[in-house]
Amino acid sequence: MKPFSPNRTDTPDADRRKALGCLAAWTGAAVVWTVAGGVPRALGATGAGHVAEASKHALTFVQISDTHIGFHKDANPDVVGSFRRAAADINALPQTPAFVVHTGDVSHLSKPEEFGQARDLLGELKVDRVHTVPGEHDAIDDGVAGYLKFFDHDGKGRAWYSFDQGGVHFIGLNNVLNFKMGHLAALGDEQLAWLKADLAGVAHSTPVVVLAHIPMWTVWEPWGWGTADAAAAIALLRPFGSVTVLNGHIHQVLQKVEGHVALHTAMSLAYPLPTPGQAGIGEPGPLKVPAGELGKLLGTRQLSVVRGKHALALIDTPLDR
Amino acid sequence: MTKKEGFPLSRSSRATRHALASALSGVLFGAIVAASNAIAAAPAVDITKFAFTPGELTVAPGTTVVWTNHDEVPHTVASKDKRLMSKALDTDDRFEHTFDEEGDFAYYCTLHPFMTGVVHVRKP
Repeated sequence: MKPFSPNRTDTPDADRRKALGCLAAWTGAAVVWTVAGGVPRALGATGAGHVAEASKHALTFVQISDTHIGFHKDANPDVVGSFRRAAADINALPQTPAFVVHTGDVSHLSKPEEFGQARDLLGELKVDRVHTVPGEHDAIDDGVAGYLKFFDHDGKGRAWYSFDQGGVHFIGLNNVLNFKMGHLAALGDEQLAWLKADLAGVAHSTPVVVLAHIPMWTVWEPWGWGTADAAAAIALLRPFGSVTVLNGHIHQVLQKVEGHVALHTAMSLAYPLPTPGQAGIGEPGPLKVPAGELGKLLGTRQLSVVRGKHALALIDTPLDR
Repeated sequence: MTKKEGFPLSRSSRATRHALASALSGVLFGAIVAASNAIAAAPAVDITKFAFTPGELTVAPGTTVVWTNHDEVPHTVASKDKRLMSKALDTDDRFEHTFDEEGDFAYYCTLHPFMTGVVHVRKP
């Protein structure tokens, strides 16, 4: 594995201190996952901005999603500012996360300059690595080829991969290709075959965390909020005692639990979207909210593995609380 | 954008031109400018609220169709066989394609594949 490692030498310390200084009053807005005993549970920032202390043996990481770097419309004219607020939050966590995962739509229009700016911004996170999966906004012009020039995690020229850390098996998937006219996006047979082979080497007692952009269950089909062949992937995961699926795409927190498989969507760091099929709104376009409300609808997620529990600990924390 | 003739008429009689223009005006989306040389405005497809409008369009061979995105989010115009393949269309971006051959050209937005449309290309 050769994960993307932010090159922090590009960011002068002075700039970071300045950024942190500006945001010092504003901590804990990220969600940290703790995996202990196989089940992610969110720790984190409570309403008072207090982050519970994770077990010293637990693995803790952070999920961010849908940064849409390059977006500059009314719904959020400053997505870079929103990202930096989240980054300051993550950098202020009392327990440094093992890494950060980004569940897609890193860029808005798949432009090289957007990917480049996003990679620089991710470099401001004080973590060892950032693991990304592509969103459909990262695959516009030439599939994921443009994305992979910046975020090819294992050098294999494909946007899916796996790695092990802290006793947990992590899998990144690409469910934004194989679009068929009028149908939901799909993982495709090649990726499903890879997933089956990848899982064949993993003990069923090993906690599994899956990253994919579009929800791995059908949230709202008329808006494309689902993955056509998700059921085939979930079937491969069902024998495992602890499975946590982390998605983005819909810019809001939703959960679904099926036995030992828990699926969670995350907030965006760019703009809110309507609730699934929201009455009076015919399409999944960016929502414009009154000034002061936006930061309550954007945020991050902290996850921790907790030994002896089959669910990860999760905490979703908005930028403004 | 370059206006192109929607159908070849240059050698028709004036009466025939008017008859053809009348017949086609109900089929073509957008205004047909039935001026003396019978130039048709390029048929336009509006992309608004995650939909192609009109979703179905019939044009003559040689017609250029123009799509314009009016949404705040990007869309694309693409066909499975990639004969149609726009770049990402940001707000107010346009994409045009000239249909030279007869046929049915189904297309969709690769970001939002539930958005679909079709262009029928038929000789008048």
